[in-house]
Amino acid sequence: MRELARNSFIIARREFIAYFASPLATIFLTVFVALTGAFAFYVGGFFDRGQADLAPFFQYHPWLFLLLVPAVAMRLWAEERKSGTIELLMTLPISPWEAILGKFLAAWAFIGVALLATLPMWITVNVLGRPDNGAIVSGYLGSFLMAGAFLAIGSSISALTKNQVIAFIVAATICFLLVMSGHELVLSVLRTFTPDFVLSAVASMSFLSHFDPFTKGLIDLPSIIFFASLIAFALFANRIFVELKKAD
Amino acid sequence: MATLVEASDLRKRFGDIIAVDGISLGVRRGEVLGFLGPNGAGKSTTMKMLTGFLEPDGGSARIADLDVFEHPRAAKAKLGYLPEGAPCYGDMTAQSFLTFIAEIRGFDGDGAKRRVGRAVEQTALGSVLGQRIETLSKGFKRRVAIAQAILHDPEVLIMDEPTDGLDPNQKHQVRKLIGEMAADKAIIVSTHILEEVEAVCSRAIIINRGRIVADGTAEELMRRLPHHGSIGVRVGPERAEAVSKALLDFAPIVKVERIGTANGQVQLRALPRDGAPAARELATLIRAKFLDADDVSVERGNLDDVFRQITTSDTGGPDA
Repeated sequence: MRELARNSFIIARREFIAYFASPLATIFLTVFVALTGAFAFYVGGFFDRGQADLAPFFQYHPWLFLLLVPAVAMRLWAEERKSGTIELLMTLPISPWEAILGKFLAAWAFIGVALLATLPMWITVNVLGRPDNGAIVSGYLGSFLMAGAFLAIGSSISALTKNQVIAFIVAATICFLLVMSGHELVLSVLRTFTPDFVLSAVASMSFLSHFDPFTKGLIDLPSIIFFASLIAFALFANRIFVELKKAD
Repeated sequence: MATLVEASDLRKRFGDIIAVDGISLGVRRGEVLGFLGPNGAGKSTTMKMLTGFLEPDGGSARIADLDVFEHPRAAKAKLGYLPEGAPCYGDMTAQSFLTFIAEIRGFDGDGAKRRVGRAVEQTALGSVLGQRIETLSKGFKRRVAIAQAILHDPEVLIMDEPTDGLDPNQKHQVRKLIGEMAADKAIIVSTHILEEVEAVCSRAIIINRGRIVADGTAEELMRRLPHHGSIGVRVGPERAEAVSKALLDFAPIVKVERIGTANGQVQLRALPRDGAPAARELATLIRAKFLDADDVSVERGNLDDVFRQITTSDTGGPDA
């Protein structure tokens, strides 16, 4: 257990620093902060609502994440396979889990940095009024959890290909389906030909409906379990994909 | 001498292609095993199985008496591996990359610093430590990858084409390094540069189509050549007839062949009755006896010929 923590940490630190070794980090952080702000102010009507809260800010996170998180995840394994360093990594005295966890945690921490970079929004809303700060904390928590789920999916898809662009597109598509599965647009189509239990199964996979309670200040246990088990499942798949494809 | 690397009946197929078809080998401490074969013969696949990267379809691999697939972590700790193409994390500096490797291999703080320092010294990387690996020349990149493999002073060192793409000076350095480390390690070096085998390897295995087709020292392998140990004589054309007759009359010689002419001289090949062991003495005798023979030499043949003979003899060529 100590070895798992130690080695995962060493790998995570390497990966985390690797993000900042390329322009990716700067571009990502800039775009993320700019887009979350733009959506909150212009699309979400932050000022027009006349309410001191961050609901219009959090509201668009699922949509931003479904494009931005796969961009963070795409390099995790695809790059290792393309450059051949996977052979180096997997012949070090570590277990595959340590590599998978380390990479995942590094990317998750990077998303955490991106979320921290939006803290001025929080300060602003506190300057302008008296928001429910509890709801904002739970909103950040939900956002971070949801990003983790997107990320775990992106990481496992990244293990399937040497091509980062393919990894991005496939992961973004899957994330899109998961976000959309709770949307009335999808559900109303499904309703016409599927029985109710399928409908509710599809709806229960929805990121939107699991994220929603957090933005309202609810730390919803079933939703935490949902995101956590999705992360666990995706990382488990990641392990299998790495094993399956590492030598191709 | 302890056997540090042991493979028994390793097998691997990729779809319809049988990459490795029952390879067994053992490498003892102090041995440098040259792993030869045409491209696609199964060298890299075998190495990937020995290092625990690839799981074999059959057979087993042991490093320092530890089964690579039953005790992967312990076995990998005893192993240094230079994968084909010497991959490294290009976005890291040589220093931070080697420190990362030291840490993941269990060294901390001063211990890690000392290990990195020693590996840097052995591979002469001091001048490029602060540079990003992707900006380094091929020779330096290769040395960073070698430093990574030897950093923990492993008992077993497996290197896939360590000198591929290096210039002659760099090749010499790498071979020297291998030679220096050889005494207390078991080393496997794959290559298709045969001079390398004579330069650094105490033994060589030739594999073709996933099977071992020859195993022995360079000398033993060359003994398989039909003309190994024959004596080459070059004389002017006017004396060719006389010399060849005199050679044939000379008792230890059983056969004299005329191979051809080159640079205005006739080349003769004399086959000694007792084969290669007697060749050198005979050559001296011949030189003394037939002073008019301008040039006398013992033909050793070369590994290239052995290689070609072995890897093309069965069913139609290496690419079939």
